[in-house]
Amino acid sequence: MLKMRVIPTLLWKDLGLVKGIGFDSWRRVGTAMPSIKVYNTREVDELILVDITASAAKREPDYDAISDLAAECFVPLTFGGGVNSIEIIRNILKAGADKVAINSAAFERPELITEASDKFGAQCVVASIDVRKNSNGTYEAYRLSGTQPTGKEVVGWAKKLEELGAGEILLTSIERDGTMEGYDLDLIRAVTQAVQIPVIASGGVGNYEHMYQAIHAAGASAVAAASIFHFTEQTPLEAKKYLAEKGISVRNTSVRS
Amino acid sequence: MSQKIVIIDYGMCNLGSVRRAFEECGASDAIVSSDFRDLASADKIILPGVGAFTKGMQNLKAGGWIEPLREAALDKKIPLLGICLGMQLLSDKGFEGGEIEGLGLISGEVRKLESKKNSTSKIKERIPHMGWNEVHHDQKSILFDDIQSGTDFYFVHSYYFLPKDNKSTIGQTPYCGKFSSVIGSENIFGVQFHPEKSQKPGFQLIRNFLRF
Repeated sequence: MLKMRVIPTLLWKDLGLVKGIGFDSWRRVGTAMPSIKVYNTREVDELILVDITASAAKREPDYDAISDLAAECFVPLTFGGGVNSIEIIRNILKAGADKVAINSAAFERPELITEASDKFGAQCVVASIDVRKNSNGTYEAYRLSGTQPTGKEVVGWAKKLEELGAGEILLTSIERDGTMEGYDLDLIRAVTQAVQIPVIASGGVGNYEHMYQAIHAAGASAVAAASIFHFTEQTPLEAKKYLAEKGISVRNTSVRS
Repeated sequence: MSQKIVIIDYGMCNLGSVRRAFEECGASDAIVSSDFRDLASADKIILPGVGAFTKGMQNLKAGGWIEPLREAALDKKIPLLGICLGMQLLSDKGFEGGEIEGLGLISGEVRKLESKKNSTSKIKERIPHMGWNEVHHDQKSILFDDIQSGTDFYFVHSYYFLPKDNKSTIGQTPYCGKFSSVIGSENIFGVQFHPEKSQKPGFQLIRNFLRF
């Protein structure tokens, strides 16, 4: 059976790793290389690395840095931030990343998703959606690290991204981000029911039960997490043990009976 | 003895991690090559790749790889490992915007995965098949030395290889029913998953191939 994935997210700002709350109040949490090495030895299922200032600063990703990090990463690595052309995607993949996450650029030029999918295969195109709940209860997609509303209602936008050729959706709740209060299950459920492609739940996880809920109750194929791995004693391995005990199928040789 | 490992670069991406994985597994002389003439001195050949079948075949053709590759694998019996799209290209044909001829090294066709409606699984089978899944051994093979049947490997694909002859299937994976995730015929092998991204078991499989 296909295993549900636990994916640490590393947010990258300038040269260090950071973690914030609600896409703000960034705290430095170390440099990327040691984190990748540690996660690699701990056998996480995948890693997501996002350069959170690239798009707003209108600069290209740092390919040398990606290449150094990818060299130490023997699990699938997704890179996001400033991904806005076929040329940039080619360079990121060439540097050793396995997938790219496209967010802001998809609003400006949706065809980029289709072109990337045709050229490199849908499996390496992750459509990333950052979401805020409006006062009337609807979910709206935001761009440029959550700073600009797009007017796009999230479920419709997710379906559109699937239609354009995305292979996976990374769905992040901006309000829940860094709060450790739990994923926005209504948001995740609405999207997983609307699309066929896998959905990665992101934003708000504070404990293993939250992960279980995102998978079991809301239909996520993977759970992304940052704060709980940076700021608490909880680990990806323990997370998978918990999920396994609750009957979720996870990859973990040490917990398989 | 240092073997020369030629990793074919035909513009289908991400060869750095493949090379690093082979180096990590003890292949000190592993090169990424975009020149088919390098096949002449190869001890082992790796055909990696992700992406679309059509584009893959077009690129192989444009690089002049097709005949030299067939000759190396079929006549000179140089061990060949196809990874992901590279495995699919070993087939006779694929269907993606019409019928496209493959390398014809292992008889079979490449088809799109379709989720089974009457699946017993409570969890929806999404396409692409993305993530860690089991490989169950169908046959004894050197590729599986020191790897237990049912071990998880990392997959990411929407198409699969349907061999003409059941005997080509070495390992199977339960998704959308079941599909052949490891195939082989004499010196030619294909794996649908990414051993270079599958950590310990992936590296073990690479070491096993290096010993073939």
